[in-house]
Amino acid sequence: MAERQYDWGAIAKNPKFVELHRKKTTFLVGWWVFSTVFYFLLPIGAAYAPGLFKIKILGRINFGYLFALSQFFVSWGIAMYYAHVANKDFDRLTRELVDELK
Amino acid sequence: MKKLLAGITLALSLGSFAAFAEEPAKAPATPGAPAAVTAPAATTPAPAATAPAAATTAAKAATPAPAPEGKKLKANPMVTIPIFLIIIAVTMAVVVWSAKRTKSAADFYTAGGGITGTQNGWAIAGDYMSAASFLGISGMISLYGYDGFMYSVGWLVAYITVLLIVAEPCRNAGKYTLGDILSFRTEPKLVRAVCALSVVAVSTFYLTAQMVGAGKLMQLLLGIPYKFAIIGVGILMVGYVVFGGMTATTWVQIIKAGLLMTGAAVLSVLVGIKSGMNPFQFFNDIVTSPNIQEHVQKVVLKDPVAVAGFDYGQRFLEPGLFLKNPLDQISLGMALVLGTAGMPHILMRFFTVPTAQAARKSVIVAMFIIGSFYILTTLLGFGAAIHVTPQGITAVDKGGNMAAMMLAQKLGGDISPFLGDLLLAFLCAVAFATILAVVSGLVLAASAAIAHDIYVNVIKDGHADQHEQVMAARITSLCVGAMGIVIGIAAEKQNVAHLVALAFAVASSGNLPVVVMSLFWRKFNTAGVVSGLVVGTIASIALVMVSPNMTYPKKIAADAKKVVVKLEEKQATGALLSEKEMKDLDKAKADYEKNKDGKSMLGLDKPLIDLKNPGIISIPLGFIAAIIGCLAFPSRRSEEMFDEIYVRQNTGIGMAKAIDH
Repeated sequence: MAERQYDWGAIAKNPKFVELHRKKTTFLVGWWVFSTVFYFLLPIGAAYAPGLFKIKILGRINFGYLFALSQFFVSWGIAMYYAHVANKDFDRLTRELVDELK
Repeated sequence: MKKLLAGITLALSLGSFAAFAEEPAKAPATPGAPAAVTAPAATTPAPAATAPAAATTAAKAATPAPAPEGKKLKANPMVTIPIFLIIIAVTMAVVVWSAKRTKSAADFYTAGGGITGTQNGWAIAGDYMSAASFLGISGMISLYGYDGFMYSVGWLVAYITVLLIVAEPCRNAGKYTLGDILSFRTEPKLVRAVCALSVVAVSTFYLTAQMVGAGKLMQLLLGIPYKFAIIGVGILMVGYVVFGGMTATTWVQIIKAGLLMTGAAVLSVLVGIKSGMNPFQFFNDIVTSPNIQEHVQKVVLKDPVAVAGFDYGQRFLEPGLFLKNPLDQISLGMALVLGTAGMPHILMRFFTVPTAQAARKSVIVAMFIIGSFYILTTLLGFGAAIHVTPQGITAVDKGGNMAAMMLAQKLGGDISPFLGDLLLAFLCAVAFATILAVVSGLVLAASAAIAHDIYVNVIKDGHADQHEQVMAARITSLCVGAMGIVIGIAAEKQNVAHLVALAFAVASSGNLPVVVMSLFWRKFNTAGVVSGLVVGTIASIALVMVSPNMTYPKKIAADAKKVVVKLEEKQATGALLSEKEMKDLDKAKADYEKNKDGKSMLGLDKPLIDLKNPGIISIPLGFIAAIIGCLAFPSRRSEEMFDEIYVRQNTGIGMAKAIDH
């Protein structure tokens, strides 16, 4: 199999790769931490702030229901935002890096 | 030859399902309700445990106790059988079609990398949403309201971790299995062997829970004897995987996800129409339902007399009716958020798409399907509470697992009796397809670990031609599937509710820490992988073994004792006991005698920890063990190779090699 040998160490030091890696790490870690904290607010809040969850907001619909429902939309939101940034920035940087190596 | 075998499989499976059709009347008079309580309710305990008498029945499902409420949900075989046959026929056609396309190992394990992002998204959803989430969560909502909804959230949020942390790196750096990623810059043989053990452990736990759940569900729904149900499901599952490999498994999962979403959507629309498609009206209907109010007051909160001015209906929409231990909830949340990303059958799905972009798209598609499904499940759960009533649901199954089915029959039946039968039959078929899709994915993941990691790479040193690899994969799948059937039959009377919790605990404490560190930490090495996997897996298993998930005979005896004391007190006051109470008394006495000197599987009188989900302890242990192991035995080679895996997982450079190899 004719395989290209890459100098992985050199690619890892390539400024494009460093930029890609830095951007990705900040984005991924940041949003992962945000989504996790936001999610754990639900069981923690339900257990320790039941009063808040009982407040009726829209007719019979209370804060707890809306908060649980918001988890779905926040997750979808993060997913869509990630797809947008990844398609626009990360994929572009990756493509530029791969082209440079050709 | 292949076709002939596929034909035999088809015939056998049809046979085992037709067996019940001939004698539907002779379906065993199961104490339907208690038997099914433990199985499909996922990681939740049988809610029946709230009532001591019921707890004893659930724990001893073996004893044929006449269910006092005795109501049963009966599917009309004239409608159900044709629908089942259609599903079996369609999936078998898929198998025949895929078998022709499955020639190389890559075809078998990853469908040749030829699945598109959207297809894979549906397949992930089909792989993930088990009968437990469909029936168990809608049942939990129908009996405990808000807590059931809250419980469902974590199953979707888990995919954020999959999306952001593991999906694309796994696609870029992996090939067929988890072992491929972990062995990249470590001692391949040792790491693959340990990793395969962990994968097989997770898959077996999850598979056993699914198989037992499947058997009980089919028994309850269609009156098929438990063994026939397991063998039927098992033969189909083996047929899909052995002949069709990943291609057939993927399409079975896609079909299942489509059926499940259709069923959930149709029912939700029917529920919506009942409330005039007005969400405010819907919530008003929940809160003002006298049946729900009575259920919350008497059964859940156990207020014999209503507290004046307390809105029991509104209480149904507030937290704390079912999930009472916040630490356990947080622990389960951790296991879901980190465990889903460590589940071998989910990880394996990312090897089926050609690029990281497709992997990304597939997670996002899956998130929309799974999220919508859980939102629809809320409608079904609340809808069942309004229209079937909690009293009606618990009369058929104390755990509420039949809520969605009963709702289908009720709402369809309100339009015309035939439509009721049709909708119920359709939902039974959906549950059946759901089971098949999930177990097939698990069998494939376990077989890949054994055939690819252990046989090809450890025993044969990677020297096996395509024909031999595919053969090994097929034989292994056959063995794994056969084991699944045997374990499923053997575990009929076992308490399996903890096995799903256990699978997620092992995946989150054993697999996930080592996957993440392999991909992101320069210093990570063989010792780290081995110690992380071993400690994470053993800690999870050990903690579950001493948790309240296990059966503690002394606890059952104590509950039985309470019933005896209460009823004897009543007798002592001169009151006459009803026939049912006399029966309860005799049964409680027998339970007490039988269990008073018993010990749990580990010889314990009571649980050592009161967490049903060990994640909060075992996940940190897994991470710490991996870090300590790695720092204790540093490896220069692993550090030197980090740049390679790091560049690969970020950019996908060199991935073609990983596919063609």
